[in-house]
Amino acid sequence: MILEGRGLAIGYRDRLVGRDLDVALPEGEVLALLGPNGGGKTTLLKTLLGILPPRAGEVRCDGRSLAATSIRDRARLLAYVPQSHVATFAFPAETVVLMGRTAHGNLFSRPNAKDRAVARSSMERFGIVHLAERPYTMISGGERQLVLLARALAQEPRFVVLDEPTASLDFGNQGKVMREIRALASLGHGVLFTTHDPNQALRFADRALLLRQGARIAEGPVQTVLTEGNLGALYDAPIKTLTDRDSGHSAFFPA
Amino acid sequence: MTRSALPGFAIALLLLVAGLAFAFTLGRYPIGLGDVFDVLLAKLTGHAAHVPPAVESVIMQVRGPRVLAAALIGAALAVAGTAFQGLFRNPLVSPDILGASSGAALGAVIGIYFSLGVLAIQGIAFVGGLGAVAAVYLIGSAVPSRDPILLLVLTGVVVGALLGAGVGLVKYLADPYNQLPAMTFWLLGSLAATGVSDLAPLFGPVALGTLVLIALRWRMNVMSLTEEEARALGVPTGPLRVAIVAAATLVTSASVATAGIIGWVGLIVPHLARSLVGPDFSRLLPAAAILGGGYLLFIDTIARTASGIEIPLGILTAVIGTPFFIWLLASVQRTWS
Repeated sequence: MILEGRGLAIGYRDRLVGRDLDVALPEGEVLALLGPNGGGKTTLLKTLLGILPPRAGEVRCDGRSLAATSIRDRARLLAYVPQSHVATFAFPAETVVLMGRTAHGNLFSRPNAKDRAVARSSMERFGIVHLAERPYTMISGGERQLVLLARALAQEPRFVVLDEPTASLDFGNQGKVMREIRALASLGHGVLFTTHDPNQALRFADRALLLRQGARIAEGPVQTVLTEGNLGALYDAPIKTLTDRDSGHSAFFPA
Repeated sequence: MTRSALPGFAIALLLLVAGLAFAFTLGRYPIGLGDVFDVLLAKLTGHAAHVPPAVESVIMQVRGPRVLAAALIGAALAVAGTAFQGLFRNPLVSPDILGASSGAALGAVIGIYFSLGVLAIQGIAFVGGLGAVAAVYLIGSAVPSRDPILLLVLTGVVVGALLGAGVGLVKYLADPYNQLPAMTFWLLGSLAATGVSDLAPLFGPVALGTLVLIALRWRMNVMSLTEEEARALGVPTGPLRVAIVAAATLVTSASVATAGIIGWVGLIVPHLARSLVGPDFSRLLPAAAILGGGYLLFIDTIARTASGIEIPLGILTAVIGTPFFIWLLASVQRTWS
């Protein structure tokens, strides 16, 4: 199964953000979306999720147009992990995870025993069972992100789409959350995430899509796409590479 | 199921039972609890009661309908407030946020101005409440916006202000000796004139609206997240928002049409219920209904017994509500961010 956008023009009613974009995400692969602020990362992500209709072109999942797929069926294909946020009401973390099961029930149903089992095993997968009864508003940013990941997994989708999953996390939690995101791909999900950190893309993604002012600068395997030249053009700033001679790992930093 | 909600429900039920006992026994004609049970049991079993006819008439004709109306209206306002607070993701929202009360108020004062009968006034008030919210919803949906929820609230505020001006105009034109006191009394809320015939037109819409909200309880949980999240979780937010607004407005309009404007109940009781049973709507809605019924029973009993004249309900709920709300702001912030 593949999630793909062809000839996409993206944007809002009054403002076109990007055009002529092609994206393809197969299952089991991690795609990183990189680019400066206002470059269209989040807009593209929302378009691929079906939250925002494309201004031109089409998003297809498993060959079927998203526009022709019901909201409920869409939620069984695509899960969305928004930027870490604070909820208005203090739902227990387990209830937040259970909300991932919504699309598996009908309009009037509540989660049943099977839904609870799925939510529970999803929480076990991310090691957050101990948070089950804690109010979502009272746990740390890193824990909240894991709860949202567990919710996405409980949704049993084919693709998981994450908007800056590490934006508000401390250094240690960034690594932890990114490893879990990578693990989603090994479970067979197609994963798409946006990030401001090219090093994250280099370490945790298979491919990267570089987006500047709504246009694609480069797209391909991270090893070939993430270069000083491409990143310099992407951020309009000089970028340097540091390479560890022993391991061969490299990292970028703004010069 | 996480944290047990049983203690919370027990407290709410206790308050309702105490409110019922309080409301049935106290008044200008005090009645023992035993007599109340005797009469109610007699009515249920079809036997004759062993109490004087005057006592039976007070219970069945005077106090009974008023007690039932108070419990129903308290429950209705609390349920509507709970629904709106979830829908608008804002704990400071009350059931009249979309203009239901101001629409009903304009309807009622127009009815009084034209010296219509009580039923006609209630009918116009009910239609006025529904009409105001429908207008707000249509205007709010016609204007393109990235934040439909915020737009809806702002439209509600603007239309509410316009309707308030209309109420002011009718009061200004009204006969200051015959009509103005009736209008003022209505606008402050009262159950003094409630009789047996008021119960059916109140119960029908309240039951219908509440059932719709309870049926959607899990979807309402999801809709208290952001719009985009709710949609990504598979909830068709547009149609469901219409259903929730319609149900909550039905419930509010029926209450306002019967008893006038009673503020604060729909704002405070949802908070109290949330602190008792948590934010999950499947528990919150019934808990708010029970608690709201009990709360308004206490308020109404105070309204008719505290002094020689009836104190308008809206004044009592404000006097009790304001300090209570300040205390809530200070202490229960952990139940919402």
